[in-house]
Amino acid sequence: MHIVIIGAGECGVRAALALREQGFEGSIDLVNGELHAPYERPPLSKPGDDGLIAKPVSGSEHLADKGITLHSGITATKIDRGTKQIVLSDGVVLPYDRLLLALGARPRRLAIDGQDVPNVHYLRHFEDAEIIHRSIESGKRVTIIGGGFIGLELAAVARQKGTVVTILEAAPRLLGRAVPAEIAAIIEARHRAKGVQVLCGTSITSIDAQGRILLGDGTQITSDAIIVGIGSLSNIDLALDSGLDIDNGIAVDGRLQTSDPSIYAAGDCCSFPHPLYGGRRIRIESWRAAQEQGDHAARAMLGSSDLYDAVPWFWSDQYDLTLQIAGMSGDAKKTVRRAIDDTALILFHLDQDGRLLAASGIGPGNAIARDIRIAEMLIAKRAHPEEGSLANPALKLKALLAA
Amino acid sequence: MAVWIKACAADDIDDEDVIRFDHDGRTFALYRKDDQFFATDGLCTHEKIHLADGLVMDYVIECPKHNGRFDFRTGAAKGAPVCIDLKTYPVKVEDGDLFIYLD
Repeated sequence: MHIVIIGAGECGVRAALALREQGFEGSIDLVNGELHAPYERPPLSKPGDDGLIAKPVSGSEHLADKGITLHSGITATKIDRGTKQIVLSDGVVLPYDRLLLALGARPRRLAIDGQDVPNVHYLRHFEDAEIIHRSIESGKRVTIIGGGFIGLELAAVARQKGTVVTILEAAPRLLGRAVPAEIAAIIEARHRAKGVQVLCGTSITSIDAQGRILLGDGTQITSDAIIVGIGSLSNIDLALDSGLDIDNGIAVDGRLQTSDPSIYAAGDCCSFPHPLYGGRRIRIESWRAAQEQGDHAARAMLGSSDLYDAVPWFWSDQYDLTLQIAGMSGDAKKTVRRAIDDTALILFHLDQDGRLLAASGIGPGNAIARDIRIAEMLIAKRAHPEEGSLANPALKLKALLAA
Repeated sequence: MAVWIKACAADDIDDEDVIRFDHDGRTFALYRKDDQFFATDGLCTHEKIHLADGLVMDYVIECPKHNGRFDFRTGAAKGAPVCIDLKTYPVKVEDGDLFIYLD
């Protein structure tokens, strides 16, 4: 049996390794659109103490040891579903019995004039990160368009280097999409305390050839570099061209199978029905979901009938603060606060029957990590935890797992 | 030369839990499970995050940052994203105190 995986990010690599862990002995071709060996993306917006490095997901040697053929700097140009073949950009044609699309996402672009001036940067690849981190040096002025995770993480890095930072957000507050208002306010307050100028409710009219931003109210902002982080779009072109179903990404079923039974999709590029949230179709852009879905798709391609039901989870690091969110709070009717101390807070989001749907935590270092992890397990169990226990930081949440 | 170092009172660690112990510029994680005690290096082998903030379930410690998991009895890494095992250290309890054997 031949398995081809298109996309060698966290998801595709994880899928390739998982196939071998499951005992698959056929051929695995991993098509990597980049020249770098597969690397982790989270550090691109929040490098560690060693600065910006391409931290490998799995080294090329390790992949070779596992009998995984890595095609680097190569993209797939066509899926021929009739003959079950993939055409690559170097002309190679690969037959497949099972195909996994782990195509990822790309940055949403500004829909205004001037977005292509030289000092406007978007972050997706390591090369983008190199340019961006060079542009955020002491004394320089950087404007960040978009108060989401990438923008805020880069703002924190820039301020710590002594860069003058302005954040422009179109919505009335930061992080509107995914984070509760109380926690977003804590993050905004920290950025302001660190000297970031945060402008919410702003509209951008244009960016001129010198990189000057003109706002809707007539304000003009001059900066040495502009970083745009206004969300992402799933990479669906290859699937669309081959006639696969699309619905907010490549539409897959609960096993991550597309409308073609030989083809699967996983990670940022796909949407799937989530059993924990009434079977609602969702698309998750997160590091852990990429891994888990890669792993799940590998098993599904080998015949597993399990449904993908992992609790969505993501994190963000800004200054000394870590945010973690488990689950999806969209249908929540009630919030229970757990103030761990003056600096760390968890919000539990419950539905009308008291079932735990999501938990959002913020605090220094890893102060909230353990409780969020336990919350994640409670969410997976569809638990109805006792609200008094959730609210009381003196009581260990772990006791609720046994209940 | 390896010596036994007093780390804490045994009851400083709750059952099925972990605490941090620092000694001589090094940092460790100390575990208790069903009145057995264990010690490992403190930092995850993936990104040097302290494991004492992580969750203990049975004999597994999970890193609080990226969910790397280790069996703290042997230090064995239990799969992605961690691939390097954790170093473990002998421990003993004497008169209610927990000692760790350090070289």
